[in-house]
Amino acid sequence: MGALFSYTASFAQTDQDAIMMNKNLFCTGLTYSTSNWNKYWEGTNLRDNLNIGTITTNELSVMGNYGIKNNLNILFSAPYVSTKASMGVLHPASGIQDFSAWVKWMPIEKSLKKGTFSLYLLGGASLPMTDYIVDYLPLSIGLKSSTVSGRLLIDYQLGHFFITGSETYTIRGNTKLERNSYYTTSLFLTNEVAMPDVNTVSVRTGFRSSRLIAEAILTDMKTLGGFDITKNNMPFPSNRMNATTIAANFKYVIPNLSELALVGGVNHVIAGRNVGQSTGFYGGFFYVLDFSKKQKK
Amino acid sequence: MKNLSIKILFALSFVTLVYCSKKVTGRTDNLPALNPLSIDINAGSWKTVLLKRPDTFAVATPLAVTNVNYVAELNEIKGLQKSLTSDQEANINYWAAGGVLRWNELMRELVAKYNLPPYQNPDGTYPIPSSTNPFAYPLFPFANPPYAARAYAYISAAQYDALVACWYYKKLYNRPAPYTTDAAIIAKVPTTSLPSYPSEAAVLAGVTAEMMKLLFPTEIAAIQMKAIDHENAAIMSGAATRSDLVAGEALGRQIAQVFIARARADNAGKAVGTPADWANFETSTAAKGEIPWISQDNPKRPGMLPFFGKVIPFLFDTTTVKALVPPPPPSTSSSQMKQETDEVYSYTNNPTLENKQLVLFWGDGVGTYTPPGHWNAIASEDFIPKNYSEVRWARNMALLNMSLMDAAIVCWNTKYTYYNPRPSQLNPAIKTLTGLPNFPSYISGHSTFSGAASTILGYLNPERAAAYTQMANDASKSRLVGGLHYKSDCTVGLTVGASVGQYAIDRAKADGSN
Repeated sequence: MGALFSYTASFAQTDQDAIMMNKNLFCTGLTYSTSNWNKYWEGTNLRDNLNIGTITTNELSVMGNYGIKNNLNILFSAPYVSTKASMGVLHPASGIQDFSAWVKWMPIEKSLKKGTFSLYLLGGASLPMTDYIVDYLPLSIGLKSSTVSGRLLIDYQLGHFFITGSETYTIRGNTKLERNSYYTTSLFLTNEVAMPDVNTVSVRTGFRSSRLIAEAILTDMKTLGGFDITKNNMPFPSNRMNATTIAANFKYVIPNLSELALVGGVNHVIAGRNVGQSTGFYGGFFYVLDFSKKQKK
Repeated sequence: MKNLSIKILFALSFVTLVYCSKKVTGRTDNLPALNPLSIDINAGSWKTVLLKRPDTFAVATPLAVTNVNYVAELNEIKGLQKSLTSDQEANINYWAAGGVLRWNELMRELVAKYNLPPYQNPDGTYPIPSSTNPFAYPLFPFANPPYAARAYAYISAAQYDALVACWYYKKLYNRPAPYTTDAAIIAKVPTTSLPSYPSEAAVLAGVTAEMMKLLFPTEIAAIQMKAIDHENAAIMSGAATRSDLVAGEALGRQIAQVFIARARADNAGKAVGTPADWANFETSTAAKGEIPWISQDNPKRPGMLPFFGKVIPFLFDTTTVKALVPPPPPSTSSSQMKQETDEVYSYTNNPTLENKQLVLFWGDGVGTYTPPGHWNAIASEDFIPKNYSEVRWARNMALLNMSLMDAAIVCWNTKYTYYNPRPSQLNPAIKTLTGLPNFPSYISGHSTFSGAASTILGYLNPERAAAYTQMANDASKSRLVGGLHYKSDCTVGLTVGASVGQYAIDRAKADGSN
């Protein structure tokens, strides 16, 4: 869910935009993202740490989006993540992280004034795909918590101009540490950690045509509970991780090959709590396959 | 439509599954009340650690159970029991699991909270926590493994001596528990024939609260609240009267003073050393033709408690410490050291998931209750089903923790005698699977602690002896495969630890408790 200490929001994910695949179309894509930070918020205090230097997170994701109906899509993504520190002695980490899937439904689409208003409801879930190491922040590749999310998304398009707003609530299941006790603000004699839920509000706006999308995004992720990293302590999965991120994205459909689109973008955490002040870039492509003809046979 | 409802039901059940997994229950959250197999009525004659005699501190003869003032005390309990809140009932149940156990858990909690290395000054030096100014950053103490080992040992040994004295007076005065004397008093804990004067709960509360003033001065207020909780649990459960509590707490606090006096003079206060001392380790090691240890913290941090090896141990004298220090590690220029460094690299270059999990399971690094705390957890959880009396609980925890402290002393003495570099210093390509401790390599602290703990625990709980040995080997191996130690650090550490543990066995065999 991007709720990592090393905050890597996948802004390319189409579960966050107001675009539907038409019935029987399958869009698949591959994106590569890299982000890094050399300062992080220890609680609310922004600091550096010469024992880790710069933390770099690279992520290769495969994604898919299938149109069951024109207004009902299913989406999935699965990332491979690797992390490393530029200084100090800590070993890098890498592995396949969490599978996530969404059902995206557009119950309302209608003309409003001179533009089009649409409303989307999304339900999602994520599950760790491998037994990766959790208790190794800030270098662990994920938090290994199963999640369930609900999202309300509304969009208004006027000519080529659009604005999209969404709010997402994510319920996070317990994660399990490799050790059998831990201290948060009190001592727990178990390997299970209760994970606070996360609420995310996002607004995106810009230019959208069938050929080109160029947008700016403001996202505010808040963890509803959790605790602050104490001074000079290690980060912990159930920290109160908040991040306000600005981003810019584009999607460009190749003129003579309309099945293929290129995507890319940049993002930066402008404010946070118990997360890295990361700057990230991503790029990738999406390819659309049409299954409708086969189905008609 | 039916299909849709099934899908909705499926989705809802997944949501419920994730949501309902949010509750977290600790292994000791809901324990049954301690119901001792034996009350160990003769424990007043067991060999104490520091007390010269069990009656060094006098406890006044109690009132007879027929005395009008004692009857008034019984009425206080009845009054309390008439309107117990659910919180008060929960407090009774919490402490009923065992006072030594609960104080040990609280102690581990404090160690984890305070096990944080200080953040550097702007000039790249490090501030040192000060016991005379404990609330200023860096908070006092930095409860690192040697500090923690010593703290656990002082608390456990003081609790043990205090309970031996308590049992001495219990047998001497033989005043029955209020639930025995008065049928109208409800026993909210298992009843025993153990006399209630002075109250063992109050002795534990008093001795522990007093010791904490020295060890965790910023937590005195919070600890005092816990002491009151413990005593309230005792009186509300019908196990002790007000005078049982008052006498017990006073006895505990007095006995703590004996341990505090020892602690103030045991050399721990001098363990940090000076910048000249720190430089001297480096130059004298280099003069011997060996590569000296260099801090891999950035900025470079002085080695952790370089003179902790001079702290006065509990189980033997300082001459024995020197005798227990093992022969030197392989020379840093030897082919064996090269081979051992290569071996570490071979484990960390492409670590297996199993090894990564092992390293993190036994990591016990920053922000945890340390390896000694880990062994306290292992011991406690094995002792719970044993149904020991409180005094036997205290004895066993004291034996364990004196072993761990003395293991820390011998280990630290060795570390700063040889000042041997870490594998990642000799080969910077070695990356560690958990945080690298900031002190010399030889011998492994985890291995020494584990060798000592598994040895004494194997004696105390023989049916688990093989399991303790396996755990010690795992803890030791985790430091090798995690890239933190050479194999010889680990194997020698286990052996040295086992020798320390043997001293605890010798003591245990002769303490009169068997």
